[in-house]
Amino acid sequence: MTDQNNTPVVIVGAGPAGIGAAAVLVAAGLRPILLDEGRAPGGQGYRKSDPALGLNLAYAQEPEYKAIHALFERLRDKIDYRPETLAWSVDAGSVFTAFRGSVASEGIPFGRLILATGATDKVAPVPGWTLPGVYSLGGAQVLLKDQGCAIGQDVVFYGSSPLLYLAAWQYLEAGALKVTVLDTTPFSAKMKASAAIASVPKLLRQGLGLIARLRMRGITMRHGVTDMAIHGDGRVEGISYSWKGRRETRACDGVAIGHGLRSEIQLAELAGCGLAYNALFDQWQPVVDADGRGGSGVYLAGDGTRIGGAVAAELAGRIAASACLADLGHAVDAAEVAELKRRRDAHWRAQDGLARAFAWPRKGFAELPDATVLCRCENVTAGQVRGIAKTMTGIPDINRVKALSRCGMGRCQSRMCGLAAIEVAAAARGEAPANLTHYRAQPPIKPVAIPTSSQEVA
Amino acid sequence: MMNRSQAQKQLQGKSVEAGGTLHRLCVRQSVPVTIYLDGSPIEARTGDSLLAAVMSAAARLRINEFDGSPRGGFCAMGACQDCWIWVEGRQRVRACTTLVEEGMRLSTTATVMGC
Repeated sequence: MTDQNNTPVVIVGAGPAGIGAAAVLVAAGLRPILLDEGRAPGGQGYRKSDPALGLNLAYAQEPEYKAIHALFERLRDKIDYRPETLAWSVDAGSVFTAFRGSVASEGIPFGRLILATGATDKVAPVPGWTLPGVYSLGGAQVLLKDQGCAIGQDVVFYGSSPLLYLAAWQYLEAGALKVTVLDTTPFSAKMKASAAIASVPKLLRQGLGLIARLRMRGITMRHGVTDMAIHGDGRVEGISYSWKGRRETRACDGVAIGHGLRSEIQLAELAGCGLAYNALFDQWQPVVDADGRGGSGVYLAGDGTRIGGAVAAELAGRIAASACLADLGHAVDAAEVAELKRRRDAHWRAQDGLARAFAWPRKGFAELPDATVLCRCENVTAGQVRGIAKTMTGIPDINRVKALSRCGMGRCQSRMCGLAAIEVAAAARGEAPANLTHYRAQPPIKPVAIPTSSQEVA
Repeated sequence: MMNRSQAQKQLQGKSVEAGGTLHRLCVRQSVPVTIYLDGSPIEARTGDSLLAAVMSAAARLRINEFDGSPRGGFCAMGACQDCWIWVEGRQRVRACTTLVEEGMRLSTTATVMGC
């Protein structure tokens, strides 16, 4: 305990959850180490647009966005902030890092560890998704905010996510020429979930407002699209899909795909946290108590633990840091924590509603053509995964499908294909996706270079 | 499906002429720099990522090792690892998280043995 009290608290991730956690620790007189893989704080959703781009996007005027960045600026001198620092493993009480891709010679010992690792896009592969011009939905937003680039001049936003509408609007706001929204979920599902989404009235209001504005601009929006395919010779040239019983084709030069978010869980697993299948979000996530305790001095907050959005992430970061402080023997205001939880839970309920409204296209995986590439890294197809999954005897396990097919074995370590591979394999075997367990994390969780040899290891 | 040398031959010199898939909506108010992709110059600005600089001028960053198909990145946030590109004489870098430097010479195919 003495050791733990004298060894710093390390926070991984400088999005809203990590910043919220840091604020609570600083207020208690601690000086946490904040590791940020990015060049600047904010994470992905609250990424700051470079002023030199001169983009004036509405998201940067939101009070929540401004508050997080203002909060970070107040904390900057009171914490040990380390940008461009990837945490690539957790082992024996230390976090192992790499600065600008090169590994640090020693790990950082932590007294307590707060993981605020965030999420990436959850993607259901479609034929043609490896063509240049296809990006993840989050990627399409990053390229706009960070680089002032649209992913094409005629961009299709495809998938099942409220962010399809937000990203399409941001593209229009920034001057992109043409956008189209193709949503794989029916409109009726959104109506049905509206009461839950209204747990955070602003979310529902913003969503309806976005759809109304897109409609007023004459933007084509389709609900209930299936059998999507992207076509082109060396780059995106068009798409085809089924809608209301007919096949439609459309020329375009960019496609963004997103079906919600998937938690970045690798460090939690390496730190010894248990994982459980979340059926509403179709993925494995760390097991935590109501305060974000993941066991053995590890605390978790934000979208890396449960998909809740930026506001819930900041609240969860504050709650997890409060639990950490309480465990270190500090006095914590229980009423204040209860109020944080009440607000966090409202956001969680709203996100649960969004997850029901914008469901993962589970039925589509069984119908995905055999030739469709699932694993972008190793070019493994749906047919190859099906063949192996069907003949697998003994205990079904996606890690054996991986070993035999190489699906999910590449540099991204199944981040892009893993959830889809589980669905394809489960559908081929006729069993529930959760039965196949999860892809196991391996350190380093991302490719890093060993400085002495300048060779990449993966 | 083609092998790597066929793919290299087919793509040689075509990457820049074909035009980029990214569409620049604004130009960063920063110092102009020139980088080279497979020998062809690309104009960029300090602060641009290699992904943005290359894909707004060309239709590929790399070729997939398994089928020779062109790739242009995907997640743009350091997760998918589908935008690794060779810097001539140096190691590979991830294009979405690496910024342009004046005179940088990039190659969409391997330039260092063993990488």
